[in-house]
Amino acid sequence: MAEYKPIRKVVSGNYAAAYAVKHARVQVVAAYPITPQTSIIEKIAEFIANGEADIQYVPVESEHSAMAASIGASAAGARAFTATSAQGLALMHEMLHWASGARLPVVMVDVNRAMAPPWSVWDDQTDSLSQRDTGWMQFYAENNQEVYDGVLMAFKIAETVNLPAMVIESAFILSHTYDVVEMIPQELVDEFLPPRKPLYDLADFSQPFSVGALGGPNDYYEFRYKIAKAMEDAVKVIKDVGKEFGERFGRDYSEMIEKGYVDDADFVFMGMGSLMGTVKEAVELLRKEGYKVGYAKVRWFRPFPKEELREIAESVKGIAVLDRNYSFGQEGILFNESKGVLYNTDARPIIKNYIVGLGGRDFTVPDVKAIAENMKKVIEAGKLDREVEWYHLKR
Amino acid sequence: MNTLFGEKKAQAEKLTFTSVEQYPEAPVSLGTTLSNFTGDWRTFIPVVDDNKCVKCYICWKFCPEPAIYIREDGYVGIDYDYCKGCGICANECPTNAITMEKEEK
Ligand code: SF4
Ligand code: SF4
Repeated sequence: MAEYKPIRKVVSGNYAAAYAVKHARVQVVAAYPITPQTSIIEKIAEFIANGEADIQYVPVESEHSAMAASIGASAAGARAFTATSAQGLALMHEMLHWASGARLPVVMVDVNRAMAPPWSVWDDQTDSLSQRDTGWMQFYAENNQEVYDGVLMAFKIAETVNLPAMVIESAFILSHTYDVVEMIPQELVDEFLPPRKPLYDLADFSQPFSVGALGGPNDYYEFRYKIAKAMEDAVKVIKDVGKEFGERFGRDYSEMIEKGYVDDADFVFMGMGSLMGTVKEAVELLRKEGYKVGYAKVRWFRPFPKEELREIAESVKGIAVLDRNYSFGQEGILFNESKGVLYNTDARPIIKNYIVGLGGRDFTVPDVKAIAENMKKVIEAGKLDREVEWYHLKR
Repeated sequence: MNTLFGEKKAQAEKLTFTSVEQYPEAPVSLGTTLSNFTGDWRTFIPVVDDNKCVKCYICWKFCPEPAIYIREDGYVGIDYDYCKGCGICANECPTNAITMEKEEK
């Protein structure tokens, strides 16, 4: 095994994704441009034009077709990639079910962007979380490095469990902001991520088969169970691949929830994606000021890290769930999921939902501090003031 | 009339799975066409006139069901278990060798 010497590049989150696609030796990319995803595809097109990557690029007329073409390519045995945002992801919805139902390990980057109207191109997780039940695994990246690492790991995990995976990054906060990313030399990526071995290969004419066959009430149920089982099995695969990644390249992803200062914390902030970078910074400062706080960054939302959440809940008095998303008629989506996981356990810390940062609203270190103040009061009082708080609301 | 497909169908066992483990990992080749005879849907039936047929196989390419096959003598045969009577073959045939006739059931 060759020695690992990282190649440092200053890139945007979108370029980090494009480099990962190149290094993963993706064979087919089908995509339609949508802000703020566009520069991923532009960069990939540049790699192809320069002869740096041997990728078949399929320009399509909509995101629905982008996903359809990715599914076709994946069914034919290729390693397939696409990327999208917000309304584009919503337009893919039908096809997303098709990818997971046919057990095709397509990998997609979704650049989190708020759903319109009002028309918005800024960060918000409701687009990807609306695809919660499509059978796609979901990885939320905190920074550009995690976008790069996430895409490489997503291919390996997806191709092991035969389910598609989404790597999710924040609009502009990551997609268009430049940062140092440690890239992995090609030969080491090749060792980590060997060529895909498809479950079924349409291009293998010695064994013809039909795809998308009719499954009546007598058969459909079992196929759903198989997807459920694959999602369950994915938990171990994710941890193993994350551990292997850490051993090879020094960045460990064996935890589905990245934890900090949890052990002796009174309460933790829990959330996903780039806002957790702000939280981590704030927690460092709050600790210096004597607040006993920690953080729990949910990396994988699907499959949901139930065990890890239960462990955290057992050791703290409170969890402040920060949701950059909202399910109308209910509450923040991560909050809703977390409460559900804890219901049938003895671990019942006070759990409060803060709706933050919707549509790109700035979420800063002082905001985290203000939430910490409120959370402290709630814990001291031993009961919730309100269950869901729209933190930024102009009152 | 359907000797070619008839034999194949006789050979093929109907696929039934009695436990979840027996199912393929992905829903491929479930054998549903063994039991799902789309020929039941038909009102009009295509009839091929071998005297007009020039063996171009355009009908074979266009048939949306696995209903047209090439006979040993090179002419086209129609598997009436699967022909749903859409008439595409008759429409596409350049020599009008196929006519759609009302089926008497
Ligand atoms: S009528 Fe339609 S289904 Fe029947 S043989 Fe012609 S094209 Fe095929
Ligand atoms: S399209 Fe007409 S001429 Fe051509 S093979 Fe079919 S029946 Fe014969």
